[in-house]
Formats: sequence, structure tokens, C-alpha cells
Amino acid sequence: MWSDVAQRPAVSAPPSTDANDTPYRKASAVTQGFLQIDRLSKAFVPAKPVFADVSFTLDKGEFVCIIGHSGCGKTTILNVLAGLDTATSGTVIMDGREVAGPSLDRGVVFQSHALMPWLTVRQNIAFAVKSRWPDWKKSQVDAHVEKFVALVGLSPAIDKKPSQLSGGMKQRVGIARAFSIQPKMLLLDEPFGALDALTRGTIQDELMTIVRQTQQTVFMITHDVDEAILLADRILLMSNGNETPEGYRPGGIAEVVVNPLPRERTRTSLHHLDGYYALRNHIVDFLVTRAKAH
Amino acid sequence: MTAAKNLNLRAGLLSVLIFLTLLGIWYVATSSSGASGATAGMTAEQIEYAKMMGKDPGASKSGGFPTLGAMGSTVWGHLSNPFYDNGPNDKGIAIQLAHSLGRVALGFGLACLVAIPLGFIIGMSPLLRRAFDPFIQVLKPISPLAWMPLALYTIKDSSISGIFVIFICSVWPMLVNTAFGVASVKRDWLNVSATLEVNPLRKAFLVILPAAAPTILTGMRISMGIAWLVIVAAEMLVGGTGIGYFVWNEWNNLSLTNVIFAILVIGVVGMLLDLAFGQLQKVVTYVE
Repeated sequence: MWSDVAQRPAVSAPPSTDANDTPYRKASAVTQGFLQIDRLSKAFVPAKPVFADVSFTLDKGEFVCIIGHSGCGKTTILNVLAGLDTATSGTVIMDGREVAGPSLDRGVVFQSHALMPWLTVRQNIAFAVKSRWPDWKKSQVDAHVEKFVALVGLSPAIDKKPSQLSGGMKQRVGIARAFSIQPKMLLLDEPFGALDALTRGTIQDELMTIVRQTQQTVFMITHDVDEAILLADRILLMSNGNETPEGYRPGGIAEVVVNPLPRERTRTSLHHLDGYYALRNHIVDFLVTRAKAH
Repeated sequence: MTAAKNLNLRAGLLSVLIFLTLLGIWYVATSSSGASGATAGMTAEQIEYAKMMGKDPGASKSGGFPTLGAMGSTVWGHLSNPFYDNGPNDKGIAIQLAHSLGRVALGFGLACLVAIPLGFIIGMSPLLRRAFDPFIQVLKPISPLAWMPLALYTIKDSSISGIFVIFICSVWPMLVNTAFGVASVKRDWLNVSATLEVNPLRKAFLVILPAAAPTILTGMRISMGIAWLVIVAAEMLVGGTGIGYFVWNEWNNLSLTNVIFAILVIGVVGMLLDLAFGQLQKVVTYVE
């Protein structure tokens, strides 16, 4: 029922003509194979790779979530995509060029927000903006920073230090920082993992709005099935490496689920949509029975 | 707020009380040795004999622990005229202090210039950290004064040797703390600067330096404390000028009031130096 084959056909319609939109997808922004991951593997112990033969592609403007138990190598994959880690074998190609190290083309939102505590919100984002555009004048940087702080609704807190902010606000700053450099794609490492359910919901909505507005390509790790269903166009289900009677089987992407729900879904009405429960059950069943958690 | 104020007030009152008690003990302990009545019951011949033996019972007792009054007049004498200069062995306390502080500042400053950049490099490179570690471990526990003969022999200048001793004792805590602070900068912040393609110089000054600043300042504070301990001993050895030399000189003069006064001054100046570094530390400390 859900499989890679079910990927929607590539539509080469001209941009921004609403008539060409399918009910669940803004097909206009999609370019095939913007990010190509080819037979990626990572082994800390040579004989037992954590994951192997991981291949998938991301199209431009697509939101892809990866879901799996701890230890399956999700974060390693994300770090390889970010250029912060290297794979044992395999290649990552973005926009026709191989990913060989960290780059301003890929914004990263870290799980622990990773804000510099000695800088204010403004300075934290300005640090990123100045790294992206070193020649910009101060007024230009300021305007840009203020725009992205406003985007996440933190204008009143712009001159506060991170220690004066709540966990949710810090994560918003982290998101604003990643968006402010206007990267070609965004990598999110379980950005809402440490937040309470209410805050998480609000920020999910905000993230979804910004991503839809900016047509951003996003790759995100999550543990939360509902979050994945709400945000992702496709969900990669990842299994852990495990010992089988035939020998060790490394982890990898067990299945790619295409989200059949309309793209204009909202968090509050998500569970009333047809197909939501079937999709949810499918993913939960995978995590419970097939993902082989340790 | 008021509770904290109240506590401060009470603590202050108690401090004053302890101080007055100590002064009181001092006063009682030194004033009881009255000379009156020492000659009572002695014949003229006996007094004469005692004088001949150098034990004049009539003379006021000197050379004992100074009285509070004598101490007070000495303190007043030094503080009322701190800048006089009557030749090599008689200078005002402020001039002596200035010499000591100048040596400490020079030695400490040189140590900063060496220890902080070197600590930065050692902290960033695990290879260098391991390579330097044995040297640091061996050199660190050496008493700075043990370097003095070598310094005097090679430098052939007592004043510069003093500065060298301050340098050598300040350098280790700063080096070790800087290296530690730099090495333990959070991985996340380095990852952020990596994904932002921050160039190495900008990363060093805008990410690593502020992140490690509290640890570096701790090292500097420890170093300053040690430097102030060592300068007194160093100046006792090399002589000439400085608060340490003043203590030694007044010991040779058997002027205990001056020695006690110098001890107090050393303590107060050390405290002020530490307070200054405490304030600096507050400035660079961040809350996560």
C-alpha cells in the first residue's frame, strides 16, 4: 500500500499556477533528485556497520522525515548530510556536487539548539548572517536578523540572552538562525525532542508555515510519528542493525512511506483526515515489530 | 532582598566584632608587662649589679611584641607619607608596593602573552596536548624560587630575575586552564561554526575564546594569586626594592611594627588583586 513506487509522478508544470497543483502537493517546486544519497554506510566496528546501503533522494521543496529507534544511525546520516561526519562508504550529492564538508548551503538545526550563551538572540543570528554575507553592512545585517526573528515571533525577545528564554523559544531561535542564511536545504536533528507537547505543537505549526512559504527542502529526524505525518511528504522508516540466524544485518531504510494526506493539513484537524489512522498504524507497527530496537 | 541585606549587615557587624576582639586580645597581651615595681625589694647594690649584667630593671622593656599604640603610630606614619624616598633603604610604602606590583605586572603580563596563545594551540590539537603534557607535568610543580639561582646566573640582573620568577610561576595555571577551556568547548558550538563555514580566525576569537573565557580567567586568577605570593619571597632574596625586601629589611632592623604593617599591606593588596580578577571573571561568565 505504501511504498517507494507510490511516489508521485514528477510534474513539470510551470511554477505558481495553482491549477496544476495536485490536492496534496505543490508540484511546481519539485525538481527530481536535488539531494542524492547513494549506498551510504557507516561502521564503527568494520564487521558490523550501523547501517549500510542507505540510498534515497530528496527533491527540491520536499519535506522528508526519517523515523527509527535510537541507535539506528539517523543522526549519523544527518551529520553526513551536514558534512560534520564522514560515511565509511557511499556518496552524497547535492545539486550536482558531492558533499565533502560543512557548507552554508545546508542549514542545520541542532537538537540542543546550540545557541552561543554569551550572545543575545540578535547576535546569535547576526553571527550566522555575517558568516553568510561577510560584506553586508551593519544596517543590512540588522534588518535581515530582525526579519527572521519576526518570522518565528520572537521580536520582543530579540535582545535577550538564551538563558533568559524558554526551551521552545531557544529552539525557535535555532530555527530562525538556520533559515536566516537561506540555505539550499535544511537539516533538522530532532528539533522538538526536548520540548513539551504544547510548545512542540505550536512550533511545528510555525515550522510548517515557514517551510511552505519558503519552499524549503527539509530533511528531519524525529521520534514522533504524528510529527512525521503532519510535516513530511515522505517518511523514511529506518531499522536498527540486528543479529539474525543468518548473521548480522546492518540497519538501513526499510521502507519509504509517501504521505497520502493533503498537503494543506493542519495539526488540529490531522486526526480527522481519511487515511490518517491507517498511516499512523502502519508506522507504529513498523516501529514496534520490524524496526528491531535494542 | 531585604533578607539578604539583613544577612550582609549582620555579617558585617560580626566581622567588626571579631576585629575588635582580636585588637582587644592584642592590647591585653602586650600591655600587662608593666615595669613598675620591678625594683621593689631590691637594694641599691642589687640594682647596680643587675644593671651591670645588662638587666636594667628600671628601663622600659623593649624588643617584645609591639603594643597596639606603637602599631597604630607606625601605621599612621606609613600611610600619612607613603611616597617619601630617603635613599635605598628608606622608601615610602607606596613606592615599595609600586615596585612589587610593577614586577608582578610585567611577569604576569609576559606569562599571559605566552600561556594564552600556547594554551589555545595545545587545547585545539590533541597531538600537541599529548606532546606538551610531560613537560608541563614536570615543570608545573617546581617551586618558582628554585629557578632563582639559574635565573640570576643566566640573566645576571636581580630585578629581571625577579620578573622571570613571577613569569615562570604564573605561566602554568594559565597554560593548563586555557588548554582545558579550549579543549572542552562544546561540540555543538564548533559544529555550528563549521556549518556556517566560519574561518579559523573568526572561530577562534568569536566562538572558542568567549566559550573558554571563564576557564581562562580562572587560570589567570590563580596565577595572579601565586604571583603575589611569590613576589614577596623573591624580593626577600634579590633585595633592593619592593614589599618583600621591605619586610626583610625591617626584620633586620628588628622593627616588628613595620613587619606587621607590611604583612597587612600584602594581605590587603592580594585581596584587591583577587577581587579585580573576580570582577573580570563575572564579566566573561555566561549562563547556559
